[in-house]
Amino acid sequence: MSSENLNLTLKIWRQKSATSVGSFEEFKVSVSPDASILELLDEINNDLEREGKIPVAFESDCREGICGTCGLVINGHPHGKIPKIATCQLHMRNFKNSETIYIEPFRAKAFPVIKDLIVDRSGMDKILQSGGYISVNTGGVPDANEIPISKDVASRAMDAAECIGCGACVAACKNASAMLFVGAKVSQYSFLPQGQPERYQRVQSMVATMDEMGFGSCTNTYACEAECPKGISITNIARMNNDYIAAKIKSEAVDA
Amino acid sequence: MIKLDSKVPEGNIAEKWTNHKFNMKLVNPANKRKFDIIVVGTGLAGASAAASLGELGYNVQAFTYHDSGRRAHSIAAQGGINAAKNYQNDGDSVFRLFYDTVKGGDFRSREANVYRLAEVSNNIIDQCVAQGVPFAREYGGLLDNRSFGGAQVSRTFYARGQTGQQLLLGAVSALNRQIGKGKVTLHTRREMLELVVIDGHARGIICRNLVTGEIEKYSAQAVVLATGGYSNVFFLSTNAMNSNATAAWRAHKKGAAFANPCYTQIHPTCLPLHGENQSKLPLMSESLRNDGRIWVPKKKGETRKANDIPEDERDYYLERKYPSFGNLSPRDISSRSAKEVCDEGRGIGGGEAVYLDFAEAIGRLGKNIIEERYGNLFDMYSTITGENPYQVPMKIYPAPHYTMGGLWVDYNLQSSIPGLFVLGEANFSDHGANRLGASALMQGLADGYFVAPYTVGNYLASEKPSRVDTDHVEFGNAVKEVDDKVKKLLSIHGKHTVDEIHKKLGRIMWNKVGMARNEKGLNEAINEIKELREDFWKNVNVVGQDKDLNQTLERAGRVADYLELGELMAVDALNRNESCGGHFREEYQTAEGEALRNDDDYAYVAAWEFQEVGKWQLHKENLEFENVKLATRSYK
Repeated sequence: MSSENLNLTLKIWRQKSATSVGSFEEFKVSVSPDASILELLDEINNDLEREGKIPVAFESDCREGICGTCGLVINGHPHGKIPKIATCQLHMRNFKNSETIYIEPFRAKAFPVIKDLIVDRSGMDKILQSGGYISVNTGGVPDANEIPISKDVASRAMDAAECIGCGACVAACKNASAMLFVGAKVSQYSFLPQGQPERYQRVQSMVATMDEMGFGSCTNTYACEAECPKGISITNIARMNNDYIAAKIKSEAVDA
Repeated sequence: MIKLDSKVPEGNIAEKWTNHKFNMKLVNPANKRKFDIIVVGTGLAGASAAASLGELGYNVQAFTYHDSGRRAHSIAAQGGINAAKNYQNDGDSVFRLFYDTVKGGDFRSREANVYRLAEVSNNIIDQCVAQGVPFAREYGGLLDNRSFGGAQVSRTFYARGQTGQQLLLGAVSALNRQIGKGKVTLHTRREMLELVVIDGHARGIICRNLVTGEIEKYSAQAVVLATGGYSNVFFLSTNAMNSNATAAWRAHKKGAAFANPCYTQIHPTCLPLHGENQSKLPLMSESLRNDGRIWVPKKKGETRKANDIPEDERDYYLERKYPSFGNLSPRDISSRSAKEVCDEGRGIGGGEAVYLDFAEAIGRLGKNIIEERYGNLFDMYSTITGENPYQVPMKIYPAPHYTMGGLWVDYNLQSSIPGLFVLGEANFSDHGANRLGASALMQGLADGYFVAPYTVGNYLASEKPSRVDTDHVEFGNAVKEVDDKVKKLLSIHGKHTVDEIHKKLGRIMWNKVGMARNEKGLNEAINEIKELREDFWKNVNVVGQDKDLNQTLERAGRVADYLELGELMAVDALNRNESCGGHFREEYQTAEGEALRNDDDYAYVAAWEFQEVGKWQLHKENLEFENVKLATRSYK
C-alpha cells in the first residue's frame, strides 16, 4: 500500500436545512492515499468536532458498495468518475497531489437537500410501494422448484435486480429521470414467470407514481448507465417503455 | 426478578412446532385490526415480520433509522442461505441441518429452536422464489445449490455474491406492498431510544426523529425488536457504520435479560487495518480459502516484500498445525492462529496482517480459472487496496463479524418482558456459541416470516392487551429519560470526540475480549471499560443541537451504550470458565491448543439481568441435549 500523504483542497457543500441557502466551504487536508473519500470526511468531521464546530452531515452505512446509502457528487460525477463503484469505494489514491475536489449532494428536484450532503430520496420508495412487488402473502406458495426458470432468464432478472437504489441515475440525468431505477425493477419482474400476472398493472402504477414524485423523463443521453455503480443497462428503460405501451392494449388502465 | 422459562413444548422434537402451532390461540380475523404492533428494524427479520403481520391484518408501525427499509445491513450478506430441501439428493434432511447447526454451535444452543429453524428453512426458499428473488439456477431451470462453510451437503441457495441483497429486497418488497395498502406505516429516520413498559408488559417505544430531533411516543400492544447485532462494540468490524446495540440495550435496561453476550464471531478473511482513519474492515468471501494459502514470514520483523521472501522462509501455519483441514480450518481456529503469529511479531511488516497467496493456485490451475472463480473478489480487493492479487499475495486479518449473543428469548421468541419479542441477530437463540455460514439469513427470515406471526398472535389472543394512550405516565417517564440523556450528552463539552472514545473502547475489546481471552485480561478490561465510561461522561464533546439532524449525538448515544455492553461482554466471558465456539479462554484448551468445553458446569445459557450500570445478576437456563449427542469438535 502506498504511503505518501496527499495534500488536497476540498470544497464541500454546506447547507443548514432544506430551506436555507447553501455554499461551498473550503478545507485543506492531508490524507493517506489508502483512505476512502468517506474516511477523509470522517477525519474532517473529527477535526471539526475537536474544535467544537459542526461536522459535515453525510450519509453512509455498509461502506462496501451494496446498501446504496452513500451518494455524493464528486467533481461533477455521482459517486466520482471511476466507473461502477459507489462513493464509499472511491479511494484517495485516485486523486493527484494538490488537486481540488468538489463534493456536493445529489441534485434533483425530487431529492430535496435535508442538510449539507444528505438528500431526501423517499420518492424512490414511494414508487416501489405503488407496485414494485409480486403480490404473494407469506405461506401458501408452491415448492420453489415447481417454477422452472431458465438460467439465462434468471441471470437477466438478476442483472436488473442488482440495482442498489442509490439514486445516482437521477442525479446524473439532466432531466432528473428515475427511469433506470424504475426500469430495472419493472424488468426484474417482467423477466420472471412469477411477475407475469401483474406485469401490465405494475408498470402503469409505478410510472404514474414516478411522474407524481417529480422525476423527469428519459431523453436517451445514457448518463444514468454511465454513472450507475452497478452498471444497470439502459435496455431496462426500453423494456419498461415496451411494457408500458403494451399495457395500454393488454391491461385495464390503472388509476394512480 | 426474572424467572427464565424456555416454554419449549412437550413431545418429540419433530412434532413440537406443529403441535405448538395447533395449541396456540388465534386472533379472529375481524379482531386483528384492533391490535397495533411495533416492529423496530427493517432487515431480513424486521421486514419479513412487519410484512407478514400486516398481511394477517394487524396494524403495524415499522421503524428504521435509515431513509429506506432496503438499507439494513442484511443487504451486505454475500454467501447464501441454507435450507434442507435436499434438491441435490445428497442426503440432506431437516434433521441433518438441525444436527449440523447444533454441533456447529458447539452445543450451546437450544435444541427445540434449532429444529424449528431447520424445519421452516424450506418454506423460506419457497417464499423467496414466489416473491421473485432471482436465485442462481441450473441449465434445466431448477435451483442451484453449493456447499458452504465446510458442510458435507450442498444446501446453500445463492444469488451471485449478493444473496443478502436479493433476500432483503424480496422482504422489503413484501413490506412495501403492505405500506402501499396502508396496513404497515413505515417511520424512516427514527431511532428507538427507549422501551415503554407498563404493568410489566412492553407497550410502546420512544424514538428520536433523526431529521428534526423531536422525541416521539408510539404505543402498541406488542413490540418486536429486529435490530441486529453488536459487533460495532469493537469499533472496527464488518458491520455497517450505523449498526448498533442501542434498541436492544435500552430494552435490556428495562428488564429484558441479555444472553451469552461473550459469543462473538471473528471472521478470518477480512481486509487488514491500513491506518488510524479506517472506518471498517470489509469482508472478503471465505471461499478464497479454497485456493489461497495463508502464510507469514518465519522471521520476526521481516522487512522484505512478499515475493522476495523465499519459500523456505515462509510459515504456512495453518497447513503446519492442522494438516488435514489446513487453510480450510474453521473460522474460529483460523482467526485465532492469525492472531497468534502476529502477536509473535511475525505479521506482515510486524503488524496485524497475514498473507493469502494465490501464486501456487495460479501456477497449478492457470490465471483464467482463478479469475473465473474469484474475479469479482480480486477486483474488489484491488479497488480497495490498489494492489493486484494476481501478482502479489492478498493481505488479510480477522475482524468481528457477527454476534451470537443477544436478548434472551423463549421458544416463542418472547423476551423476559412479556409483549417484547426479539428476532434475528438481536436475539441469542439459534446459533449457540458459533454460527455456521449461510445460517444468519435463514434465521432472520425464519423468525420474521414463520415464527413471530404465530407467536405474537398467540400473545395478543391470550393476554388481550388493550390500547394504551401515549399520555400514560410511563410514556412521560420514558420521554424524560431520553430527554435527560440527550441534554446531558450535549452539556459535557469535553475534550474527546465520540469516535476517539469509541476507538479506545474498540482496542480494549479487541485486545482483551476478542479472539482469545484470559482471566487477567478480562479483569483488566472490566476496569479499563469502567474508567473509559467515566471519562466519556466527563470529557466527551458532543457538538450541535438536539432539535436538528445531529449525527454526532446519534453516535454518542450508541457509544454510551457500548461502554456498558462491552463490560457485560467481559463479565460474561470471565464467568464462562471454558472455551466453546467463538469464546476461547486461554486457560481452557487441550494440549494441542484446541477449545476445551466444560459440559458439566457450563452447558447453560447465561442470561444477565440488569440491576444498575456495571452490575448484573446471572440467571441460568440449562441446556439439554436429547437428540444430538454431546461431542467434541476436532479439526486435526
